[in-house]
Amino acid sequence: MIVCFVEGDELSAQAVGFARALGPVRAVTFAGAYQPAAWAAALAAQEAEAIVAAGSDRGNELLAHVAAVLDQPFAANVVALDGDTVMRVRWGGSLLEEARLHGAPKLLTVAPHTQPAVETGEVEVLDAPDDGSPKALERVEESSGGVSLRDAKVVVSGGRGVGSAEGFGVIEELAGLLGGAVGCSRVVTSAGWRPHTDQVGQTGTKISADLYIACGISGATQHIAGAKGAKKILAINSDPEAPILASADYAVIGDLHEVVPAISAELRRVRG
Amino acid sequence: MRILVCVKRVPITGGKMVLAADGQALETKHLGFTISPHEECAVEEAVRIGGEVVVLALGPAEAEEQLRDQMAIGADRGILLRTNGEEWDAQSTAAAIVDALRAEEPFDLILFGNESADAAGFQVGIRVAHALGLPVVTGLKKIEVQEGRVRCERDVGGARDVYEAPLPAVLTVLEGLNLPRYPSVPGRLRAKSKPLAVVEPVRPEQRLEKLRLVVPEGQGKQAEILEGATQVVAVMQSLGVA
Repeated sequence: MIVCFVEGDELSAQAVGFARALGPVRAVTFAGAYQPAAWAAALAAQEAEAIVAAGSDRGNELLAHVAAVLDQPFAANVVALDGDTVMRVRWGGSLLEEARLHGAPKLLTVAPHTQPAVETGEVEVLDAPDDGSPKALERVEESSGGVSLRDAKVVVSGGRGVGSAEGFGVIEELAGLLGGAVGCSRVVTSAGWRPHTDQVGQTGTKISADLYIACGISGATQHIAGAKGAKKILAINSDPEAPILASADYAVIGDLHEVVPAISAELRRVRG
Repeated sequence: MRILVCVKRVPITGGKMVLAADGQALETKHLGFTISPHEECAVEEAVRIGGEVVVLALGPAEAEEQLRDQMAIGADRGILLRTNGEEWDAQSTAAAIVDALRAEEPFDLILFGNESADAAGFQVGIRVAHALGLPVVTGLKKIEVQEGRVRCERDVGGARDVYEAPLPAVLTVLEGLNLPRYPSVPGRLRAKSKPLAVVEPVRPEQRLEKLRLVVPEGQGKQAEILEGATQVVAVMQSLGVA
């Protein structure tokens, strides 16, 4: 039997799909406040050949707890499993690792958006008594400042080429016209030009826009890891050799400080 | 307060992943090294909280550079669990850290990055917490140390969940927790003479045994070059976003 932890979301439905290919699946969840160590103790107590979850914040956390309790290896963000051999994601998806998982039960999470989602079917609610370990006590809503980066249909993003915090004026203008969100690369956040909440990348936000416009961004793998969820990528860069072009569908070779305002002006013109 | 921060030496990857000839690691001949971004924030946070800050890395002899970098921004001393350069899986890394801590007075806080930039196993901190019998909270964007306890916050899609834990505790953090400082020149000079303890742990059999690395397909698109704003707006209209 494969035990699969689900949260009732898209990633869980993908994890169930992955698990079903391994054998009969028991989909399980918990009620009440999230308490990782307690929930994991209950998962670890299940009879299972494998314990599986989505490679989400909670999925990876719970499986790590289960692995610690059982003293077994745990493979995070797996894309394929063949016998004892896993293929798993490294570097935010820029690299894969083939590895042998020498453990029983097999403990793994399923890399997001690498498997089709399936109907989860019946979900059993497991009991996880409060063991006094840290749990989610309250939820604080953040004041929403416009369109969220994660869900925006269009993201207009600036990198080192923008040159300064003030330079983001042209980026903000275009994002505003398109009803999109402003993003940035890690260089920009480290320089203090934009807050970390605007950062697209492996250690920032992973976007899912219809169009990502990368202005003055060279295209380090750390950045692409967050941008590749976009359906189309338009790079605006003065360097025709910039690595971002290898990930882009469209490119304008030119100075963003001229190209971006020209696009905004053209948008206004066609809208009359 | 006594704070331990565990960090990992990782290459600064550029625009492309290139593997070494044996397929076991990235080709790093032309790359610089750093620590994982989440860990930079962990060190910064420890220095801001104050008290004695110790940084620990498991890695090759060269990882001393990364430990000295952390001492340059304010860590007081370092512990290097020196390897021969072979990678260690998460389970054996956690075990080596726990072993090394037996020789230390207990820490009030043990900080990790939520996951390493390279291997991204999402588990070393949690394993260490279990082995030491300490509470653990992961994925943090805010930490407030209070009398004998810590209150912390974690992002959950546009909101924050609040957790509390008694000290001592293990916390894993995310980039965005703070804006890490750059080391100053005097800081770098001071770092040279700060104490560094070197231990050579024995690498056990790997239970998540790396066989090889693979560069995924699909890198290397041919971008269509657009000339000017008119073409760009036409593309936006065809995508339905203009």
